Amino acid sequence: MILKGRAIVDGFAEGEVVKFDKPIVILGDVNEREGKILGREIKDKIVVFPYGAGSTVGSYTIYGLRYYNNAPKAFVLEKAETIVAAGAIIAEIPTVDGIDISKIENGMHIVLKNDQIEIP
Amino acid sequence: MYLTREEEKIMEGEIGENYAKMLKILVKIGEIYNADRLIPISSAQISGVSYNTIGDAGLHFLKSLKGVKVKVRSTLNPLAFDKRYLKELDVDRTLLEKQMEIINAYKDMGIITTATCTPYYYDNVPDLGEHIAWAESSAVIYANSIIGARTNREGAVTALASAIIGKTPNYGLHLDENRRATHLIELDFEPKGEDFPLLGLLIGKKVQGIPYLRISGDYDDFKLMGAAMAASGSIAMYHVENFTPEYRNAMGDYVEKISIEKDEINELKRNVDVELVAIGCPHVSPSELRKIAEFVNGKKKRKNVELWVFAARSVWEKYNDLVSIIEKFGGKVMVDTCVVVSNAGKIFKKIGTTSGKAAFYLSKEKFGGADVVVEDMYTLLRSVVE
Repeated sequence: MILKGRAIVDGFAEGEVVKFDKPIVILGDVNEREGKILGREIKDKIVVFPYGAGSTVGSYTIYGLRYYNNAPKAFVLEKAETIVAAGAIIAEIPTVDGIDISKIENGMHIVLKNDQIEIP
Repeated sequence: MYLTREEEKIMEGEIGENYAKMLKILVKIGEIYNADRLIPISSAQISGVSYNTIGDAGLHFLKSLKGVKVKVRSTLNPLAFDKRYLKELDVDRTLLEKQMEIINAYKDMGIITTATCTPYYYDNVPDLGEHIAWAESSAVIYANSIIGARTNREGAVTALASAIIGKTPNYGLHLDENRRATHLIELDFEPKGEDFPLLGLLIGKKVQGIPYLRISGDYDDFKLMGAAMAASGSIAMYHVENFTPEYRNAMGDYVEKISIEKDEINELKRNVDVELVAIGCPHVSPSELRKIAEFVNGKKKRKNVELWVFAARSVWEKYNDLVSIIEKFGGKVMVDTCVVVSNAGKIFKKIGTTSGKAAFYLSKEKFGGADVVVEDMYTLLRSVVE
């Protein structure tokens, strides 16, 4: 199955999905030093969630994932907003939005090519 | 999105990679929100200043922008301390040094290092209808609602990018059609004193959009109400009938009605024997500072309660006579910082404040998890004097 979205940061990524069903409060839910979101490992994973929320400083938390060598391979979103989009751009994490994430399950192995997702 | 030739050249890296990266951020955000083009701004307000929130990663990013300069008047949000009160604010050497590195990085970019969440009093004052890119949520809502300037709720990074490029994508609250009311708030009471910030907290939770209110109050009442709305929710603008500059054309045909009863406000009121009275979130206005000084003048401070007032450096300088009165009483007037971004919430466990915003954050674990009560200024001041 192929899902088409909109590329926020172009890139190629292949890996295991860690999925969050609820919006992520970036400054608060993300632990950039340990590479965890709400306690779950996200380093080198493809992180799928609806959208980001919370403090405007959150973009630096996403940059922190790269700075501490804990970045995910990609972000897949329902809807990008200012905090995650700007954070993903400065951290250079491939990011796509406009994806119906109900089609993606936790633990799946997926491939991201710029603006599209391939589910084998 | 339409780009001018000059913008295309910047995108191609003609004036440097960092400028290209900053413009790319604005263009992407523009595409996400369907902006047609970038528009010039007259000022920026930048968040992401306290080392307590942006950490080493944020500092690393700011240093990577070395050599880049801002194009418009830009001011900073509060930082982790007032340099005169390092001991009282429990500031260690690392925090002091890292915080100064952050400030210097901003200074090198040409940013005015006045650190306040109320730049609209003296340091960065927009006019009605001006386009700006501000990131501090309480200043965003004040600028849109009370002043009638136009800004979206920018992120720390998008506000910085806008400051550097001198432009912002044309979408959201920059456009007339998105500045009209979406919700009408109906109250069964006339708000007074602490009702304003408490009402703000409730509206923030109930409304995603632009609320319209038929209430009366003064600038300070609405500042506290707006800051609370912007903290508990994502509201960036409201209208007050016969008060805010754009209320006349604000009501459309399809507004949702929201009723709030006095009982809901009363449920938020509580009694706490406070150790600290904190006033100035957002930073105090000259009139708030005057009210505090006049009240405490000649009175004696209770020993086990502290009074900390937070102000913009410019207000502190201009009204030094009032500051002296408060200091003579035994209170402190701190500049450049605030009760939320300093360590105050970790030092005091029982805090009284006029601010719904401060209560919202300070009660969270990350900020110390203090017991916080919101009361009107005079009730709080009475608990500080003998």
